[in-house]
Amino acid sequence: MCETNVSFDIPSSASQSTIPSAAARSLWQPSVVAELARVVANTAVNAEYRHLVVDCSAVAASARPGQFFQLLCPPPEGEQPFLRRPMSLYGADPAKRQVEFLYKVTGAGTRGLDLIRPGGRLDIMGPLGVGFALDPKWKHIVAVGRGAGLATLAPLAKAAKANGTQVTAILSARRPELLVSADLFKLHDAAVVPVTDSQQTSGPGNVERILRSVITEGRCDAFFTCGSSRLMRVQQRLASECGIPGQVAMEQQMACGIGLCYCCVRDFNVGGEITHRRVCWDGPVFDLMEALP
Amino acid sequence: MNKPFSIDLSVDVGGLRLRNPVMPASGTFAEGLNKVFDFNRIGAFVTKTVTRELRAGNPLPRVVERPGSLINAIGIPSRGVPHFVEKVIPQYAAYDPPLVVSISAPTAEGFASLAAELSLPGVAAIEANISCPNLEEDGKAFAMRAESTERVTRELRAATELPLWVKLTPNTGDVPEVARAAEAAGADAVVVANTILSMAIDLKTFKPCLGNIMGGLSGPAIKPIVLRQVFQCAKAVNIPIIGCGGISTAEDAIEYMLAGASAVQIGTATFLQPAAMIDVIDGIEKFCLQRAISRVADLVRGVVIEEADDQDLAWLSPTT
Repeated sequence: MCETNVSFDIPSSASQSTIPSAAARSLWQPSVVAELARVVANTAVNAEYRHLVVDCSAVAASARPGQFFQLLCPPPEGEQPFLRRPMSLYGADPAKRQVEFLYKVTGAGTRGLDLIRPGGRLDIMGPLGVGFALDPKWKHIVAVGRGAGLATLAPLAKAAKANGTQVTAILSARRPELLVSADLFKLHDAAVVPVTDSQQTSGPGNVERILRSVITEGRCDAFFTCGSSRLMRVQQRLASECGIPGQVAMEQQMACGIGLCYCCVRDFNVGGEITHRRVCWDGPVFDLMEALP
Repeated sequence: MNKPFSIDLSVDVGGLRLRNPVMPASGTFAEGLNKVFDFNRIGAFVTKTVTRELRAGNPLPRVVERPGSLINAIGIPSRGVPHFVEKVIPQYAAYDPPLVVSISAPTAEGFASLAAELSLPGVAAIEANISCPNLEEDGKAFAMRAESTERVTRELRAATELPLWVKLTPNTGDVPEVARAAEAAGADAVVVANTILSMAIDLKTFKPCLGNIMGGLSGPAIKPIVLRQVFQCAKAVNIPIIGCGGISTAEDAIEYMLAGASAVQIGTATFLQPAAMIDVIDGIEKFCLQRAISRVADLVRGVVIEEADDQDLAWLSPTT
């Protein structure tokens, strides 16, 4: 057994309230649901990513940027995925009662997801976790994403616009055609800065140069990031140097998705002390300065 | 339409009367489920195991899935007693179901002192998780042997006046014998069982899939095995048995009750369907209505075992 000196605590930021008042209890309503959602679309957006849209309940459609769902993926032939698969929210529309996901086929769960045709059913559970928090005072924010992080950051574009906040989105991928989410950010008036491996623009040095110029122009009241430890470290350094707050969405293998099983813990640096937190319950969005790669 | 009659879902389990026979398995329940269902609907609360020592838990990965099952090696992360008393117990004070506190310790004396310290207002029963390694017995779980089970149960019995439930391990040759030892030493109920010791290896890396190398198997795959153990224990002891192992539906729970369980615990199923306990409660009630069983307690030990006629084996031996 590992008996290292690790402490536990509840994040001081936007943790989830759980102890209801007596009045609230008598009117108990679920705020997380597991339901059979109807698949509206499940289409390829490029060589790697697929876009899934489902009709769902009002509770599910109330999901906020940075939150996630646990999907019970149908089994592909010859495989038997047992657990649900966590999937970050790509979009939510309370009026249309829809949620959207962007996924890459990588394992048994996503191979199963790939099989669902429009009109089919998918068991979705959510919304789960603590999402991004947008301070109404922020005029400009910067989103830096790579890989799955491109999808996770995407709903920020719409939320920021509604908040009257301008977004600079630095989106990183191996090749330009893999830059998912760029159109969505542009649709919501974000300034998109694509960086790619193939154009040799995605290295931490170049991203830092871009970030420094955005900061110098006074267009970075906060960092939002997901999907790259290297880029996270660049932002942590700049955040510390320039006194800019930040939030990062973290990933970890999950089982329950709702804080029961403690399989998705990660280390965080809270005031110099290493602390375990559950990514599914205390996060997946954490304070940028407390995150460890 | 008139209901033919209403179903009495209540059961008596080891010193507690529960409104219904369904509760969570330790380690699979936390405050987050309050977002999914009304906590007042379940039979009891069972906490994640608390230990006196601060424990970080096992290295990752802590879970791996297999067909119809899950292997976990979480390692009982524990923030210790003061945190548990100040933060965890009060979370359940506002609800009706009784709070069962799961405890573990590396020694019999450690179990006893922890049970004594946690016998507090707001705690309805102690569940002793004696499936953990016993430091006095070369790391073997207490519940692997009748002698160590009897000793730790006796010390626990002397330490608390609360109902005492003892959670047995399926990883031993003679679970009924261990259950008898727990009964003899004063347990009010036994929980049968914990997870089944198991392992998985990654064929890409040739490494074990779990950071702890070995872990505990749970989920639908283990149900027939633990069901059999409940059946055997029901023949061995008179104290109530709480069935725990692979239950995900009302039908599973009813099988357990027929085999001898007075109540059931649901764990891994909650990871897949967070309201699984509610579905099981509703399903049991529906089953009883359909079958005109007025008290769910009447299901307990209801399995029908008919003596088979002696087989005619005369044909095996040539007539003389």
